[in-house]
Amino acid sequence: MATNSSSKSKVIYTLLAWTISAAIFFPILWTLLTSFKTEAEAISANPSLFMFDWTLENYRDVLERSPYFDHFWNSVVISVGSSLIGLLIAIPAAWSMAFVQSKRTKHLLMWMLSTKMLPPVGVLIPIYLLFRDFDLLDTKLGLVIVMTLINLPIMVWMLYTYFREIPNEILEASRMDGASISAEIFHVLLPIALPGIASTLLLNVILAWNEAFWTLILTAANAAPLTAFIASYSSPEGLFYAKLSAASAMAIAPILILGWFSQKQLVRGLTFGAVK
Amino acid sequence: MATTHSRTLAQFMLFPSVVLLLAWMIVPLCMTLYFSFLDYNLLSPGTEEFIGFLNYEFFLTDPAFFESFFNTLLLVGGVLLITICGGIGLAILLDQAIWGRNYVRIMVLAPFFVMPTVSALVWKNMLMNPVNGLFAHFATFIGVDPVDFFAQIPLLSIIIIVSWQWLPFAALILLTAIQSLDREQLEAADLDGAGPFSKFFYIVLPHLSRAITAVILIETIFLLSIFAEILVTTSGGPGYESTNITYLIYTQSLLQFDVGGGSAGGIIAVIIANIVAIFLMRLIGKNLEG
Repeated sequence: MATNSSSKSKVIYTLLAWTISAAIFFPILWTLLTSFKTEAEAISANPSLFMFDWTLENYRDVLERSPYFDHFWNSVVISVGSSLIGLLIAIPAAWSMAFVQSKRTKHLLMWMLSTKMLPPVGVLIPIYLLFRDFDLLDTKLGLVIVMTLINLPIMVWMLYTYFREIPNEILEASRMDGASISAEIFHVLLPIALPGIASTLLLNVILAWNEAFWTLILTAANAAPLTAFIASYSSPEGLFYAKLSAASAMAIAPILILGWFSQKQLVRGLTFGAVK
Repeated sequence: MATTHSRTLAQFMLFPSVVLLLAWMIVPLCMTLYFSFLDYNLLSPGTEEFIGFLNYEFFLTDPAFFESFFNTLLLVGGVLLITICGGIGLAILLDQAIWGRNYVRIMVLAPFFVMPTVSALVWKNMLMNPVNGLFAHFATFIGVDPVDFFAQIPLLSIIIIVSWQWLPFAALILLTAIQSLDREQLEAADLDGAGPFSKFFYIVLPHLSRAITAVILIETIFLLSIFAEILVTTSGGPGYESTNITYLIYTQSLLQFDVGGGSAGGIIAVIIANIVAIFLMRLIGKNLEG
């Protein structure tokens, strides 16, 4: 009896969960499907879910007739570049806070976090004017700088929470054996901390890839990453649903895949360790 | 000894992060503060003069400010309401024994990884367009007049889009929290004959309260700065109906080139965000000690 009712409730919960999650996923599925339709089918009043003439025409058009690949490359350079530079700056800071704790450590961490809470409009005008004066507007370098700085607090925090979990005894043992500081970092700490560093890198690439305030404001034709390039599809002349879908699908696919790997780190990274 | 040596080294290693963040925060913020007291328009350079608090007066008494302030509250409040309630529901559902839970999780989480401009454009064109959108086709199919989302209910439309983006975040955090719930407590409640509602209100909800607070505060920080979704869908219109504070400051600064007014707005936005931040910092600070 008991097993019967629990398997019955399992069926109900399963149906419910699949229905709701399918509804949530639907806009993404619909974008993927539309990207394989012709423009006429894409706006058809009797849209078909799967029964249409599948075509790769839209992908070809987007790649050949627009500088899509340049903008894709901009996204890669900006998100990966800023995350790698950020790691170089954040790892030493997180290491020193995690292993050489002082009274100030907590205040320092909280202060770093507070910089993340500064609304971008609070510094919009100075950054824009400084970028204009230093010829950084619409350059990849400029965006790498901004992305590194806005994600630096998250990186330090995430790395700090990972480093804290490394038992101090391991480090002490290596010191007893006479290891130098650099040997301690490169031969003892880094191998243990590598998973945490990889997760930090992954989450920050995702955040930088999808950032859409500074990219829209500081870039034009040259350095625009995909967030800004896709926004140009909002211009009212002509509705190109199928091409918009193909461009969107290519923009979100890499991050969807990376994102699914980073589910666990996402919770830790975005709640600054408040929820684990 | 080694400790003094490592202390000096530790400070040296902290140095780059601290200096960079200090420069990133203090320099532009001081410039914004300085500009906010100037009559400074980029279209007439060289005519800057000190005008005291006049920019603040203009900004705060502008009817557009009231409208966008109210819109900001509605936008943040609406999205929070939808994502927290939906997130709790989803978290409880995904916590049950179901078939294919991993696939369900992946589908629920997916919208969070879609860049804001893509999700806004997909919703705007392919779903909400009054002529060719899927919702319009559906409305015609069941014989109702299609809704012109961005003309009739612009702010609500943006709330729907942003909620879709943030629901996965709330659900994921709350699911993580719910999974740490002590199962024995629920079993004990079962033995005592507690119904699903009393279990929810007396055991599950109190257990989630901390995670819910975290979600509210973190989402609020991000939601106060919603920008891309407004830019590509309504551009703040019609009128100011879907303009939030962030978008208002953007138009004033970079479309009307009013550096002084935009800066005053920026400082006000910083103050509003700070009020939220204080509460969030307290929550995280508590966790740091524990």
